[in-house]
Amino acid sequence: MSTVADTSSITDSGRGILHRLRGLVANPWGKPRALMVITWAYMIWTIVPVVIAIMFSFNDGRSISVWQGFNATRWYWADPVYSVWQDAGLREALFQSLKLAGLDMLIATPIGVLLALGLARWRGYGARPANFLMLFPLITPEIVMGVSLYLVFQYVYTFIHPSTTAQVLGQVTFSISYVVIVVRGRLLSIGREYEEAAADLGATPAECLRLVLLPLMLPAILASMMIVFAVSIDNFVIAQWLSCGAGCDTIPIKVYNAARQAPLPSINALAAINVYVTLLAVLAAFVLYRFLTRGERVKGSQGSTITKMGSIDFN
Amino acid sequence: MYPRWLWKACAFPGVFWLVLLFLVPFYAVVGVAFGTLDPIFQSPIPIWNPVDWNFGGTLHTLAGFLPGNTYWLVFVRTAKYIFFAVSISLLISYPVAYYISRHARSTKVILLVLLVLPFWVSYLMRMLAWVGLLAPDGLINDFLIWTHITPEPINWLGGHAGTVIFALVYGYIPYMILPLVAALDRIDKSLIEASRDLGMTASQTFFRVTLPLSKMGILGGCVIITLPMFGDYYTPRLVSGSPKTTMLGNQIYLYFHGGPQPDVGATMTMVLAIFLAFLMAYYLYSVAKAQKDLQ
Repeated sequence: MSTVADTSSITDSGRGILHRLRGLVANPWGKPRALMVITWAYMIWTIVPVVIAIMFSFNDGRSISVWQGFNATRWYWADPVYSVWQDAGLREALFQSLKLAGLDMLIATPIGVLLALGLARWRGYGARPANFLMLFPLITPEIVMGVSLYLVFQYVYTFIHPSTTAQVLGQVTFSISYVVIVVRGRLLSIGREYEEAAADLGATPAECLRLVLLPLMLPAILASMMIVFAVSIDNFVIAQWLSCGAGCDTIPIKVYNAARQAPLPSINALAAINVYVTLLAVLAAFVLYRFLTRGERVKGSQGSTITKMGSIDFN
Repeated sequence: MYPRWLWKACAFPGVFWLVLLFLVPFYAVVGVAFGTLDPIFQSPIPIWNPVDWNFGGTLHTLAGFLPGNTYWLVFVRTAKYIFFAVSISLLISYPVAYYISRHARSTKVILLVLLVLPFWVSYLMRMLAWVGLLAPDGLINDFLIWTHITPEPINWLGGHAGTVIFALVYGYIPYMILPLVAALDRIDKSLIEASRDLGMTASQTFFRVTLPLSKMGILGGCVIITLPMFGDYYTPRLVSGSPKTTMLGNQIYLYFHGGPQPDVGATMTMVLAIFLAFLMAYYLYSVAKAQKDLQ
């Protein structure tokens, strides 16, 4: 493993650690153990608690902290009163989350795609401020957005009350930016040469758009749809501020309300369903993007897509 | 080849949406913050015209942030928690990011996937996980009793500052590591080789080449996690719930959902947004400056 340390000579542990640290800086291209241990410990620390929480959704007993045996179905649908499927509150929350995420995806994606096109190609007065404006929802703390939307529906757009409509409007507002970032990245990487070539060969502008630009943008459009679905279903703050009460509760709101009131494992099951759905959406986005852009990649650039997918999520 | 108006028209719906549901709402906050109160119901009446703004209530709320006044304690506590949380995050993030970008080699892809995974697990789920683990009969206490570190379960969730800071670190650290990895990845390997060839020791290379070149990544990571932490109200509520650990976000939440004073809440939101805007502006300024220095 290590190119530096010879383990046999380390008798004095203090000197051993020092030796390793020195070896670590002496050969920065080697494989230093200390950093490796820190990194893997970090990975375990971030991921294992969530895995344990999901595990407790399969608990046979009524505790989310004491393991009482395995039961795959009880808290998902088998328990006649408290399971996610049988408890009306939890079931409604699941449907509300899916509904919000679905509507958000259908509204934010077209608006975001058009905005990305505009921002990538519109050169003129107003383009820079528009670019700037698009970035703001990503870096504004959610509570500021939540408060401002809450107040605007109360005092300005008084015809919209806290409701599912308000929740959708709020979530679309911050989802647009995600779409723009994914799609604009794609637009910048495909350039304008293909459309120019098509135009030179006699395509009309409409044909350029439909036959050249749209197919090239499709991977990014589909990926951004899935990403909007995922960020929307995970969103808590905006959905909560614009909630109409119990009828508008989404999964995160339910988790928030129940977490400190002696929750049953059905809450873990509900949150776990949320995790499954999000991960499926993101996986679908990733696989679709990779599949539709196969043959475009240069060898050795793997990993960059993965980092990009994470770096657009600022919440 | 395309008509000149096309791209502008494409941008229009999105810009319109953002103006209507991002800029106007923010002005609503300002309007309520500088508005007056209904004399009978004590409900806020927003004032839209800047000429008529009523600064009395706003100044009164702002005065609460001065040392010794109502919000001073909450403000200091929030700043303290965030300072510790960001520092601890940085101490953990840097070695991890350094390892991933320099030494991971064949494991780099799997490490990046694991690094991004928490982004796609709902934040509330990640907190719920710790609520279960830290419960009096949870696994952490079981372990501590089993190893005889403590004779009886510790009530971690009963309002400890340490638990809140821990939860903040756990919640936001993934957002810090990613920009750090990106910054360390961008460093040209030949610069490090040059430094070694010219006789610098390994630690000199680290402190005089790698660290300065990753400065923007460190700053970026810190800003990116500081912004949402200032608005966080759910983390302290979930892992502590005690008034001893309330943060600024809890205070704002309280004014809207608990008390009848949305105008005070609006003022605090405005102050918070302006304060964070300065932080953000400083960050953008240093990014621009760093890019200029490079050219």
